[in-house]
Amino acid sequence: MKLKANIATSENGFIFNPATGDSFISNPIAAEILALMKTGEDEQGIKRKILDQYEVEGHQLDRDWDDYMFQLKEANLLDL
Amino acid sequence: MNVSLHHPQAKTLTVAVTGLNANDNPGPGLAVIRALREGFGENLRIIGLAYETLEPAIYLKDMVNKTYRIPYPTAGIEALSERIRQIQVEEHIDVLIPNFDAELYNFIKLEQDLLKQGIHTFLPSHKQLAQRDKVSLKAFCDAFNFDVPEDEAIFSETDIHDLGDRFGYPLMIKGKFYEAYTVQNLSDAHKAFHKLHAKWGLPVIVQKFIKGTEINIAALGDGKGNTLSVIPMRKLYITDKGKAWAGITIENDKLIDLARSFAKATHWKGGFELEVIMDGGKFFIIEVNPRFPAWVYLTAAAGQNQPKALVDLALGNTVEEFKSYQTGKMFVRYAMDNIVDVGDFQKLSAFGEL
Repeated sequence: MKLKANIATSENGFIFNPATGDSFISNPIAAEILALMKTGEDEQGIKRKILDQYEVEGHQLDRDWDDYMFQLKEANLLDL
Repeated sequence: MNVSLHHPQAKTLTVAVTGLNANDNPGPGLAVIRALREGFGENLRIIGLAYETLEPAIYLKDMVNKTYRIPYPTAGIEALSERIRQIQVEEHIDVLIPNFDAELYNFIKLEQDLLKQGIHTFLPSHKQLAQRDKVSLKAFCDAFNFDVPEDEAIFSETDIHDLGDRFGYPLMIKGKFYEAYTVQNLSDAHKAFHKLHAKWGLPVIVQKFIKGTEINIAALGDGKGNTLSVIPMRKLYITDKGKAWAGITIENDKLIDLARSFAKATHWKGGFELEVIMDGGKFFIIEVNPRFPAWVYLTAAAGQNQPKALVDLALGNTVEEFKSYQTGKMFVRYAMDNIVDVGDFQKLSAFGEL
């Protein structure tokens, strides 16, 4: 799952899609995931970092990850 | 980059502008003036041409140097010509930018007459004007393979019933020149028909409603099939009259190509606006306005000052195609109570100038 190349994100979680004019606000953890995605980190790498940093079970992270990716896809932000 | 020969700085450039009605259904005049002031700086004199005494931009003294009332388009070409001649004796206008659809026919007719007086314009032809007319839009778009919603120009309210069945509700009911209503049922469609008939005459256009994201594109054609500037804007806040009260520039090659294709197909000369609905991957042209839009100042803010480029073109200066603009640039319109002395209002009402 890769973010579209032209999607602009900021540290405070603001996301802007310049192709459609859509903008979104994400919470801090979502913003952190976006920032990692923008660096080219893959799914496994991002999940590993989240598991190291936060108190969360792997199965819970997987569920939340799928949910978040679904939201990004619905928002037309992923390069499919 | 825009490379243009500026009008000699020693001489004041005088530009006349209509469309000073900066209200909730705004004319583009004030936005055009702001862009020109930003583009030309100090040596610019703006002459406002107004139809009514309460057009708000008349009273913005830092924007408009002097305003003259001009006759309504229905008064005819002779009346307009005579009035412009009177104004020209006083003002020595270099360029005139009409900003209303309804007045364009007369100004195009007067193009050569104005030029003889030293007034330059940069206008589409009558043929171009007719091609994008709401009544002809579907046939034009079909001919050039542009996506366009189905529509029908009607002269009687009895036609609405069948069109409601054919297109389904909601329906768009549009005036010949301005205004449109989205209606949910036959009764509201009849009301809209009568309102628009009374205000703008016949025909009234009934258009299939397309659900999607509203995008407008401001562009400038050189009259030879080239597009010198294109700025697409997504509406972020839409008033009950369907006007953008806030918007943001977006980056989308398909929209830019659409504007280029339109200018190529028509050889459009001057400013124009495409109103587009983005539905999935399709772009439906719902309207083509033959002039700059009221949000045209955003083009200057985003790096492509279309009104300035148009003035340069009118004066015969070279204008090269703009290659880039800033995406994510927003406009947020606001309303302000400008305090005006009654003397100014009286002067304009009594003498036709201020």
